[in-house]
Amino acid sequence: MEFFLQLLINGMALGFLYGLAALGFVMIYKSSSVLNFAHGELMALGAFLFLTLSVWAGLPIPLVFLLTLAGSFALGFLVERLFLRPLIGESLIRVIMLTVGLSAMFKGLMLFIFGGNLHNYPDFLPEGLNLRFGAIQIPSVYVAAFLMGMLFLGVFGYFFKYSSQGIYMRAVADDQTAALSLGVHVRRVFALSWAIAALVAAMSGIILGIINGINVHELSAIGLKVFPVVILGGLDSIGGAIVGGVIIGLLESFTGGYVSPSLREVVPYIALVFILMVKPYGLFGLVEIERV
Amino acid sequence: MLRLHFRPCGNYRERYEQEMTIFETDFGRLWMGVGIVIALGVVPFLASPYMLYILNNMAIAAIAAVGLNLLIGFTGQISLGHGAFVGVGAYAAAVLATRVGLPFVVAVPLAGLVTALVGMVFGIPSVRLKHLYLTIATLAGQFIIEYLLVHWESLTGGAEGIILPEADLLGLRLVSDRSFFCVLFLIFVFLTWVAVNLVRTRYGRAFVAIRDNDRAAEGMGIPLFRYKLLAFGISSFYAGIAGALLAFYTVSITPEPFTLFLSIEYIAMIIIGGLGSISGSVFGAVFITLLNESLSWTAEFLMNTEALSRVALTIAPLREFVFGLIIVLFIIFEPRGLAELWRILRASFRLWPFAY
Repeated sequence: MEFFLQLLINGMALGFLYGLAALGFVMIYKSSSVLNFAHGELMALGAFLFLTLSVWAGLPIPLVFLLTLAGSFALGFLVERLFLRPLIGESLIRVIMLTVGLSAMFKGLMLFIFGGNLHNYPDFLPEGLNLRFGAIQIPSVYVAAFLMGMLFLGVFGYFFKYSSQGIYMRAVADDQTAALSLGVHVRRVFALSWAIAALVAAMSGIILGIINGINVHELSAIGLKVFPVVILGGLDSIGGAIVGGVIIGLLESFTGGYVSPSLREVVPYIALVFILMVKPYGLFGLVEIERV
Repeated sequence: MLRLHFRPCGNYRERYEQEMTIFETDFGRLWMGVGIVIALGVVPFLASPYMLYILNNMAIAAIAAVGLNLLIGFTGQISLGHGAFVGVGAYAAAVLATRVGLPFVVAVPLAGLVTALVGMVFGIPSVRLKHLYLTIATLAGQFIIEYLLVHWESLTGGAEGIILPEADLLGLRLVSDRSFFCVLFLIFVFLTWVAVNLVRTRYGRAFVAIRDNDRAAEGMGIPLFRYKLLAFGISSFYAGIAGALLAFYTVSITPEPFTLFLSIEYIAMIIIGGLGSISGSVFGAVFITLLNESLSWTAEFLMNTEALSRVALTIAPLREFVFGLIIVLFIIFEPRGLAELWRILRASFRLWPFAY
């Protein structure tokens, strides 16, 4: 029973992180319908920026945090301006392949600079966050991750619901042409959504880095694991991303615990194939209606 | 008798045969023939083993790239699982050759068929899924196959892989790079010929129709499921053949090379070469193989230079960076790839000294 509960909690925590990682991905998809294959690399870039600033430059953690967020915001902006902007209106294959190319580029660059080894952040979390329920314990990193994740969910929920930029983003996602004709600056919305997505990605990269340490290969693998998560939740649903993340996390944790540890890494993809066959638009996704 | 004549600029074709023809002039046909004769009769005897090794790798890559282009460039179904399909072909050939004891001639086409079946299984989601969703399904296929190659140890030998017996073509032993080159080149020419002609048949036309608008294609009476599945099957068949040849050529195989990065490499080939162009796939395969080789030359050169040997170790990941950069640059600046550059070059020669 304790083993079960521990697996349950680990799975929930892991799934929550997946959900968080998926959030930025859904954001880009929602506003520009681009599948971002470079998402894991964006996460890794954020995590490494945090590492560089905190360990090598030795700045205080809160400042590093803000600087990382600002830096990745700028990075997302730059990526959109340099690579995605010329492709507005091009066919989908090109755009997807572009993000595949970008992911290879970023990954190579990070491997070149930081190497493929595991890096660790200094300990900066307060001890008091460590929760214990009887024999089950939740390490402080998970608690911190959960708190930060909730904070971000709240902020972005609010942003999308009430701020004018958020409403523009939803409008563009809904119908680009209509939004354009009503005076929404669509290109700015694209740029903003990439910037925000990079920011969210950096956030989840940092949280993952705190938990597992930072490794380019691992983070980019998680970037791909975002796919089962978003497919399960529905590609364009923010709440669905979290629910999908938790389901995939639980699935992984229980497979790892009860079936076989090596199967753990593939089980999300096996689930993905079944989901796609049964319910292609996910649990909360919008069913596309097509006309010729 | 060759018809060498001046041609007017502009499109003055009057019949469908003229529109469908592969070689616009007999001159082109002649050069193709001369090229094949030179490649088979002269190159194997002049080239060094290292050059033959590169050429062999090019031929294998080109077979897989042609197959992938049939799927992505002509049918418009993006597959991120081609690296794994090549792996399936390699393992199928290895298992058939070692466990069943089939000779090279039988094992290679059978491996192609096995891979075609596997590819069709992963093509089934294409009935209900489009674009993004299908791409993700093939990504899942890549990971599932990768997992099976490593963990289905009773069949694949796990991480240690399988060692193949010597390839044997109807009594002829294929051991040297030279004999392999002749066989590989002939298979490559044959499969390319099939692909070029396939594109002109009703199947090829149907593929293009599905790529351009699948709902409309369905309205025109093309059974979508059957044709999409067929595209997956043909494309995986090519991948399987390429994998089987690779397995026989390299003699021992492990699951290591058949990763997502290999899939990306093949996609890079067809994007750099040109989507929807058979000759483009070949150009792309040549380009990427040469790029791979020149990157490893650079690394080797740096290794051998005393002062730079530490740089060499860190330079390995730059391979991925260069790949990504080239994909990105081609997509932004020359989305139609090398095939388009080749066409422009040819046109400027043909029209010289006039601009058009």
